[in-house]
Amino acid sequence: MDLVDFARGTALKIAFVVFFVGVLWRLVNVMLLRHRQMLSEPRRSVGAAVLGGLKGMGSRSWPHPEFIKRTVTGEALGYSYHIGLFIVILFFAPHIVFFGSFAGVRWPALPSSIITIFAVITLTLFVAVLSRRLGHPVLRRLSNFDDYFSWFIVALVLVTGLMATAHVGGPYQRILGLHILSFDLLLIWYPFGKLMHSFYIFPTRAIDGYLMTRKGAPS
Amino acid sequence: MARPETEPTIGELLDRNGVSRRSFLKYCTAMASLLALPPIAARAMAAQLRAARRPSVIYLSFQECTGCLESFTRSFAPTIENMIFNVISLDCDDTLMAAAGAQAEKARAQAMEANYGKYLLVVDGAVPTADGGVYHCAAGRTGIDLLTDCAKGAAAIVAVGTCASFGGLPHADPNPTGARAISALVPGKPVINVSGCPPIPEVITGTFLQYVTTGRVPDLDEHLRPTVFYGNSIHNRCYRRPFYDRGEFAKTFDDEGARNGWCLYELGCKGPTTYNACATVKWNNAVSFPIQSGHPCLGCAEPEFWDRGSFYSPIPTARWGKAGEVSTAEAGTLAAGAALTGVAIGAGSVVLARRRISRLQRTPQSESETHNEE
Ligand code: SF4
Ligand code: SF4
Repeated sequence: MDLVDFARGTALKIAFVVFFVGVLWRLVNVMLLRHRQMLSEPRRSVGAAVLGGLKGMGSRSWPHPEFIKRTVTGEALGYSYHIGLFIVILFFAPHIVFFGSFAGVRWPALPSSIITIFAVITLTLFVAVLSRRLGHPVLRRLSNFDDYFSWFIVALVLVTGLMATAHVGGPYQRILGLHILSFDLLLIWYPFGKLMHSFYIFPTRAIDGYLMTRKGAPS
Repeated sequence: MARPETEPTIGELLDRNGVSRRSFLKYCTAMASLLALPPIAARAMAAQLRAARRPSVIYLSFQECTGCLESFTRSFAPTIENMIFNVISLDCDDTLMAAAGAQAEKARAQAMEANYGKYLLVVDGAVPTADGGVYHCAAGRTGIDLLTDCAKGAAAIVAVGTCASFGGLPHADPNPTGARAISALVPGKPVINVSGCPPIPEVITGTFLQYVTTGRVPDLDEHLRPTVFYGNSIHNRCYRRPFYDRGEFAKTFDDEGARNGWCLYELGCKGPTTYNACATVKWNNAVSFPIQSGHPCLGCAEPEFWDRGSFYSPIPTARWGKAGEVSTAEAGTLAAGAALTGVAIGAGSVVLARRRISRLQRTPQSESETHNEE
């Protein structure tokens, strides 16, 4: 058994299980824990609050006009690399084959050259994000192991993926094995680090919006 | 490697057989291009080859299908006759030689004795090692015994085909005969693997030629294969590569993409992970190669290619299922099981946390606690 076989076999299976156990564990945990009691008199109806929650998912995902000058760089960087990551993950032919192999569906791919361009841009933005974190005095103090490790693991998947497509750094199958193995590692780390934000981000924004509306504040 | 001084050199043999210098040079030019050498190297090669003496070659066959020998006999450049008569001295090959039985055994023993330390041992097939090697016996000896004996006096060993190179089909799971690759059984001996199921004929003869011309084992890759033939993946030299790069893939063997000659990646092509000369040297006197004929590469030149699931499942396919691949139902069941476990752990940890909080709330110092159940 070589590295690719291990990475897409046993290691992937373990990662798959850890990912689903971990994600559900944390989601259920957060959902069932005690919530702060709402002490104020409800100002709006539940229906209005639900709508406020939906609105909150959108409004809180967009820079607030008053702070835009201060937050625009971080937000622009963040949005750009997220879009880049989505394109690379979802529209590269081998990825579609990979996800399709257990999801049972395949969808149209983008040309490899376009994917490579997006991957290089995304990686560059990734480096910019890290430099910003390291160079910003407040951000640096706020950062912990999770921030750096989550960055590292996503960057590792990106770098090994680029190396595999460019056929550099050794025989293709070894680099491909490392690429899949780093993805396995990412799946394992996913529920326990800040990558989990992908599951929390919209529900928490919705809950915030709901509570704000219920209390009579704009969501 | 050279034969006794009394033996004529290859040049003397060619002169004796009436081969003109011009046609020999032409032949060397073709060889130089096969070995990816610049045309200028053809002259040096011709001079070296003329001065060399034909090495004695002893050819052994173990667990194999004779496909490799079939392939060898279909070499166009150099042709098998040319190879046998002018470049090597094939002193023993059970399948090709007229002698059989005790005579064949005697011929091999004589060739080994006369060329001890200098002959080239060529082997096709894997060697069974389970149960004392009883799964391959000839003339009252096991294969492993014969190989060990013949390897002793060999200058180098050429393992022809994937079975000899990596164990191949006999080695495939569950490998009932304990079949093993030649390189694993002849410690200390230089081994050249010429893998493929079968190997390309010109790659077999080209490897011999390279050995005779230079008098040494050629540069090898990590799987002991000559880099000149195995240095590049099929994918890197595939004429369908532009379709791969553009993301144009045949989805079935008779769809629009297949008819347009698009890339066969999604039909299971192993070209990206397979190192061989099919896309450049090609087959049948460079007429075509499997991908050109519309079939994905099976990865036949790589170790364990029989054990990598279906030939038609693409490279990046999850492989933990029983049939090698993961079915959607299997992935779904595993995900659902894992998710339920996650829910149980999550709920369990919440119960524990709530108990802890209630305990804390009962203590006097936590009276100011503001967390209450909603
Ligand atoms: S047909 Fe196979 S070797 Fe050729 S480009 Fe496609 S994947 Fe690569
Ligand atoms: S194309 Fe692939 S499977 Fe076919 S002969 Fe060449 S290496 Fe073997």
